[in-house]
Formats: sequence, C-alpha cells, structure tokens
Amino acid sequence: MTSTLCRNIGSKLLLVQHGRHLRKQQISHFSRAKKIALGTSAFVAGAGAFTALALHYSVHASEDELHTPSYPFKHKGTFTTLDTASVRRGFQVYQQVCAACHSLNYLAFRSLVGYTHTEEEAKAIAAEAQIEDGPNEKGKMFMRPGKLSDYMPKPYKNDEEARAANNGALPPDLSYIVIARHGNEDYIFSVLTGYYDPPAGVSIADGQYFNAYFPGQAISMAQALYNEIIEYEDGTPATQSQLAKDVATFLRWTSEPHHDEKKLYGFRLVLFAAMLVPLCWYLKKRTFSHIKSKKLAFKA
Amino acid sequence: MIRNGSLVSILYGSFGRLPSPINISYMWNFGSTIGLFLVSQILTGIFLTMHYVADVSMAFDSVVHIINEVNYGWVMRYMHMNGASFFLGFIYLHIGRGIYYKRYFSVNAWLVGVVLLALSMLTAFLGYVLPWGQMSFWGATVITNMVSAVPKYGTSIVFWLWGGFSVGAPTLTRFYTFHFLFPFLIAVFAVLHLYFIHGSGGSGNPLGPFSNSIKIPFWPYYGLKDILGFVIFYSIFLFVVFIYSDTFSDPDNYGKANPLVTPVHIKPEWYFLFAYAILRSIPNKLLGVISLVMSVLIFAFLPLSQQKFSLSIWHQFIFWFWVFDFMILTWLGGCPVKSMFNFMSQVFGLLYFFSFFFFSLL
Repeated sequence: MTSTLCRNIGSKLLLVQHGRHLRKQQISHFSRAKKIALGTSAFVAGAGAFTALALHYSVHASEDELHTPSYPFKHKGTFTTLDTASVRRGFQVYQQVCAACHSLNYLAFRSLVGYTHTEEEAKAIAAEAQIEDGPNEKGKMFMRPGKLSDYMPKPYKNDEEARAANNGALPPDLSYIVIARHGNEDYIFSVLTGYYDPPAGVSIADGQYFNAYFPGQAISMAQALYNEIIEYEDGTPATQSQLAKDVATFLRWTSEPHHDEKKLYGFRLVLFAAMLVPLCWYLKKRTFSHIKSKKLAFKA
Repeated sequence: MIRNGSLVSILYGSFGRLPSPINISYMWNFGSTIGLFLVSQILTGIFLTMHYVADVSMAFDSVVHIINEVNYGWVMRYMHMNGASFFLGFIYLHIGRGIYYKRYFSVNAWLVGVVLLALSMLTAFLGYVLPWGQMSFWGATVITNMVSAVPKYGTSIVFWLWGGFSVGAPTLTRFYTFHFLFPFLIAVFAVLHLYFIHGSGGSGNPLGPFSNSIKIPFWPYYGLKDILGFVIFYSIFLFVVFIYSDTFSDPDNYGKANPLVTPVHIKPEWYFLFAYAILRSIPNKLLGVISLVMSVLIFAFLPLSQQKFSLSIWHQFIFWFWVFDFMILTWLGGCPVKSMFNFMSQVFGLLYFFSFFFFSLL
C-alpha cells in the first residue's frame, strides 16, 4: 500500500520536512516576488483605507453647501422630450418676471415659432419689444418694433448699468444657465424656491437674501416667484413651484434648443445599432467559425 | 494583378494579407478604434472650422452660432467635443492593454506610441481652449503658467507663448493654428506606429512569445472583427453624443471667458485629472511640473524593463493596482483643494511612479 501511495504522490509525503515548512512561513525566507506582492497588498489595503477615509471627509467638506435634490422633470428620461406646454408657460414667466433683470442674449423670437408659439403669436410678441436699429439715412439710430429675426431685448445697456441697478450684483444671462450650473434645472428650481429666513446666528447683509441652495447662501436676487404672481394663459394654477418648474423647463430649452431632436436621433441610433451590431457580430462569428472549431496539437 | 511596391500593394499588405496571430482577443480592437476616432475628429473638426471664429470677442458666440444656427452644427460640435474624450479614453485602454501584455518590448512602436499620447494630450488641451468659455480661459492660464517654473527664463517663455502679458487674442489664434495642425501630425505618427508594428512581425498576442507558426490573414478575419468593434464603440459614442452630450463637459465652460472672475474650482477635462492631481499635490512648482511631465513620459522608460515575456501573477497584480491608482488619481484631480485630498494625491502619485518601478522588475 505504501509503495502504491509513493508511486502516486511521489516520495514527498514520507520525508520529514517539518523545519522546511516552518521556514517557508517566515517573511525573511519568502521569495523576492512574494515579498513584493505582500508589500503591494499592504499598499492596496492602505490605499483602500485612505479612500474610505477621504470619502468620509468629503461628506464633511460639503456640509457648508446644500446639494440640490433631484426633481422628477419629465424630460430627464433617456428618450423623453420637453413638455412644450411647460416651455411656453416658462417663457411667459421669463417675460413677465425674469426679463426685468436677466437677459436672454442667444434666443431670437424666430426660435419660438413652431415650438412654443405660432408664427403670428411670435410676431406679436416680437412687435411688443422696442429694438434699436440703424443708422438711418440721416446717420441716426432709431427705435422700431421687434421682428422675428431680432434677439430678445436686453434689460440693461451694459454690465455696468446692470450692476448699478442691482446693488453691485450682475444678473447673469439666462441663455445657458441650466447647463452652466451644477445641478442643472434642479438647481434653478431649488434656488427659485429656496428662500428662507436666515437661521439663528447667520447674518445677511443689506440687499442680500438667505437662499439655502445658492453657494454661500447669500443671494442678491430677492425672491421673485410667489403664488399667483402671474396668470397663466392656459389656466394652469400659478403656484410658486409650478412657476419655478415651468421657467426651469423653459431655460433647459434655451440651453439646449435641440433637446428633442437629439433624443430622437438617439432613439433612431438605438434601433439602428440593435440591427447592425448583431449582423456584424454574426458575420464575424461565421467567418471565424472554422478557425474556432480547429484543434491544434503539437508533438515533440 | 497588383504591381509590387504600388500604393495599393502596400495597403493590401498592411490591411489585407498581413499575417496576424490567430489568438488575439478583443483587447486588440482599441488601436483600430483610436484610428476611427482620429478620422472622426478630423472630419468633424473640418466642418467646425468652417464656422468657428478664432477671436476672443467672437469665439464663444461662434460656437453658440454653430450649435444653434448651423444645419446639424450641434451634431458636429457635440461629436467633436465628446470625441476627444473617447479618443483619449481608448488611448488609455490601448496603453493599458500594452502594459498588461508587455508590448513595450516592441521598442520603436512603443516609443512612437508615447509620442502619439503626448501629441494627443497637447491637441486636446489646445482644443479645449478654443470655445473660450470660463474653463477654457482659466485652464489655458493654469497650464501655460506651468512653463514659468523653468528657472531664469520661465516667465519670458510664458509671455512668448501667450504673445502678450496674459492669455489673450494672440494666444487663442496660435492655439487654433496648432490645434488644426497637430491632428495631421498625429496621423503621420500613427502611420509610423503601424509601420513599426508591422515591421516587427505584426501584432503581439495574449500568450506573449512571438510566433510565426500559426497566423491568419488580416482580412477578412481581423478586418471584420475591427468593423464589429467600430460599430459597437461608435454606437456607444453616438449614444452619448445624442442623449448625454454634456457628460464630460464642465458647466463653467458654458459661460463666456471672463479674465476678471476666476471659477471656484479650476479643473481640466477628466483625461488630464490623474496628471493634474500629481501636479497639485507637490508644493514646489518646478518639481510639480516635472512630475506632471514625467507621469506621461514615464511610459517611454518601460522598454528598459527586464525582458521577461511571461505574464506572472505579480505583474498582473501590479498592473491592476496601477489601474486602481490611476482611477483614484483621476478622482482626486477633480476634488476641491483640501488637505486630505492633497495628502492622498501625494501618496497615490508616489505609488503611481512606484508601479512603474515594479513593472520594470516583473
């Protein structure tokens, strides 16, 4: 029986190797590669611990800044489009509330045509604005009613005038405000609805207001949206959150005028790829099949 | 039928009858995908140049004009913007594959590859400045200021690079010139890269040792496999372009450059963050800049490693540790400047360089 065992597993089992086994477990007798691996494992473990610690600290680091919650805007879905009715209402909010201080430099009246308004409606809106044009044949600049090709009128002639009128603060242009801020439309909604009385111990300077979501919490813009501050032409109840939601949706559209078209192309792409990828995969598989089913044997 | 030495013969030899190892995996798809993205970037870039205006007062507005008014301008703009991320991303995957399978022993091809990496990073940086947004301007200011670390002549060189006393109109026009020029240089080096790979016996293989015994022609086998890779990767790319087009961009860059207002967190695009974390973590400016440059150039030293083709478990272990380290550094590069993140950047920066030391041993 012993001889059978020896033949099968070699003679190692029958030799006295006690000391050798012990030596193997001592780090000083490790092979160079094993030592390196051990050292690196320690590094990795240490690095993991640091990561955990750093993530823990980052939570503390963000204590002085309130991150915006994620709101269920319908257009946030992968293939969902903007709510056009909401964009139209949002434009009304912009016109009647925001436009007093904020410009919309990159939006022309013609952009409204076919998306939120009919051509006649857009022409009528444009005509309400007075646009500086010229020079005329006498070399003078003159004012005329707006046309579809005009861009939205600016509330101030220049940044200096805007600052002078707003206690030194410059109201930002709103064309790209949604994609130019961390948190996007959630941030816009949060700021517009995030006005509170300053908590005990927090002092706010004159001409500034406490806003939980604005970086630094002191904002120069007074609360602009209140319940029923305007009357929607479609009869939607104009609550503060409704106004904020609509204007945030509208500003997403000004930031991304191709929002809906982009998603349509994305959808078409998925359909196209769903057909093309399996076809190419099958073609490749079929071409390789006789190589993959080949068996190679090397004999010395 | 095809005359020897003709262009068709060279092309057919390189992409048709080229003997390729029978056992290469999908990890060998990245190289051709980078080529695809290079072509895509050059083409979309050419369309953008037709409408872009390289002037500080009009650059930002011209990009807005491209997105809003030019027919399918938004497609070109978002493809070009996200294409840079995909291009650099696939380069990193390609380098990772090269290190994992020890491809750096094909010295010429590897060194040309390092030049390609440096050129690509430089081109991406130059391109990022062109929209003239806040992050474009301040990114350019931070990165060009690094040159001022050069002893004695640093400041003079920076003024020379800027073409003035700050980043301004001359800087933008010259960046535009080089951003237009460099991709063609990249294309030339890419051909050289292929020349050296094909000259040294073609692609490597996952088993390591070079062998001519079992090879198959490039076409149809790997040609079709590359096409499959193109379709998959380009579909993912277009999905990002159409659905998540702002994933890789910084919100601050949608504001016009303003030399009087510094953004709260200046950070480069994600593909520079690992090097940026190393730069930021070192208090000495010159040492920081040297470390940043070395974080890229260190790849050029890998061919000096001990020539062992076997892929030991230790090599793999160090490799995956290095990948982990690279990711942590990328994350740290985007974190605000706090002492804990700074300390972590120092530790992981050091480990980044140590990993290369171990690569050379194993």
